[in-house]
Amino acid sequence: MTDGIKPNVWKVGIVAETRTETASGRSILLDVPGWGGNIAGQHADVRLTAADGYTATRSYSVASAGPGDRVQLAVDRLPTGEVSPYLVDDLIVGDQLEIRGPLGGWFVWKPEIDGAEQTGPVQLIGGGSGIVPLVAMIRSHTASGSTAPFRLLYSVRTPDDAFFRTELTEPSRGLDVTWAYTRRAPDGWPRPAGRVTTADLEADAFPASLSPAVFVCGPTGFVETVANALVELGHDPSRIKTERFGGQ
Amino acid sequence: MGIISRGFSGRSREHNPDLPPGQYLTEDFPVLSAGPTPNIDTADWEFSIRTEFGAVHSWSWDRLHELPIDDIDTDIHCVTRWSKFGTSWRGVSLDTLFADVDTSDEYVMAHSYGGYTTNVPLADLLDGKAWIAFEFDGEQLDPEHGGPARLLIPHLYFWKSAKWIRGLVMMDDDEPGFWEQNGYHTYGDPWLEQRYS
Repeated sequence: MTDGIKPNVWKVGIVAETRTETASGRSILLDVPGWGGNIAGQHADVRLTAADGYTATRSYSVASAGPGDRVQLAVDRLPTGEVSPYLVDDLIVGDQLEIRGPLGGWFVWKPEIDGAEQTGPVQLIGGGSGIVPLVAMIRSHTASGSTAPFRLLYSVRTPDDAFFRTELTEPSRGLDVTWAYTRRAPDGWPRPAGRVTTADLEADAFPASLSPAVFVCGPTGFVETVANALVELGHDPSRIKTERFGGQ
Repeated sequence: MGIISRGFSGRSREHNPDLPPGQYLTEDFPVLSAGPTPNIDTADWEFSIRTEFGAVHSWSWDRLHELPIDDIDTDIHCVTRWSKFGTSWRGVSLDTLFADVDTSDEYVMAHSYGGYTTNVPLADLLDGKAWIAFEFDGEQLDPEHGGPARLLIPHLYFWKSAKWIRGLVMMDDDEPGFWEQNGYHTYGDPWLEQRYS
C-alpha cells in the first residue's frame, strides 16, 4: 500500500452512478476523496447512519482496481438483510455514505510483485455475486496489459442473474470466460443447466499440471464444492484461495 | 455522528448489551476460510504443544477424549460482523492440556492442518477461556466448521479460534499469524472492535 493511504479511517463516498445488474443486484460507483486506489480483490466496509444515530456496517468486495478515488461496489439484495436492500433499492446519485478501506491482503491479485510481472496462469471461479472481486482482478489484468493467461468460470442461476454481463460477454484479450447456468441456460446452450461439477472444472479450468493460482468466490456451498473438487483434481490446496459469503 | 443516510432507518432499534459494537445477530453459522477444507482422519489426528525448551506434549484423538470434557455455552463473534448467541460446544480445556507444560513464554502460535496460523497470548488460553472443541450442537464438529477439532477462544474474534487445530507453539514475542499478516488486528477483542491492524 502506498504511504499516506489510511484504510482504517472512515471516508465519505458520494454516489456518482448506479447501474442495475440483475433483478436483485446493482453496482454503485462512488467518488471517495482520499481512497487512493486499491489492489484487485480487496474489500471495503460501508456504514449507514440513521437520523437517530443508529449505524449498521457491512463489508463488500470492491469491483474496481487500481489507482484513484473512484470505487465501484456491486451488491446483491438479501431479502432479510439490513444494509443491502438500502444500497440496492434506495440509494440514489448524489447520496453520501461512509466507507472504509481498502481492506484485506489475501484474496488479491497483483499484475506485478516487487517489480516482477506475474505471468503464471490464473483461474477465477465465481458463483453469483461472488464475481465482484474476480471482476476487479480481470480489470486489473486488462488495465496493466498483463500477459498472464486468465480464465473465468462463472456460475449463475440464469443469464439474467449475471453481474457485469456485457463486460464478461466480450472479454478482453487474454481472458477466456466459461458460463455455467445452474437453473436455466440460454436456448441452444451446449451445457445443460446444473451446478458446477468436477467434470466442468476438468473441462474448463486450467489443469493442475499448470499450477494455476485459483481464486474461488461465492456462497459457502458453492465454494466448498468447487474447492474440494479442485483438490480432487490434483490442485495444490495452497494454490487455491477462497472467499465465501454467508450470513447477511 | 457520521453522515446521515437519507431514508435509512435500520432494522433493530433495541440495544442488545450482549452484542459487541458493529456486530449483527445471525441464526446461521456462516463459514469463513482462506482455502479448501482439509480432510483429516481422526486416526491420524494429533494435537501437540511445543515449548521453548523443545519439549513436545502430544495427544492422539483417543487420548484427548480420555481427558475431562467441558460443555461450553457461549456467544461467538466473527470479524465479518456476524455474532451468534448461545452456541453449544464440547471440548477439552486448555488449562487441562497446559497442566504439565513448563514454559515461561507468554505468546502462542496456533497451527492448523492446511497451514493456517494465528497468534494469541497464553493468558487468553488459560483460566477457563479456551478449549480444543470437537462437538458443536451435539454433533461431531463438521469439517467446514473446523472438524475434527478446532481451537475455541470465544472472547476474541472468531478467526482466533483456529479450525483444524494441529498444535500450539510457544513464542517469546508476539508474532503475527495468517490473518494478522493480512491486515487484521494482532489481538482481536470484539468489545474494543479490534478488527484491522
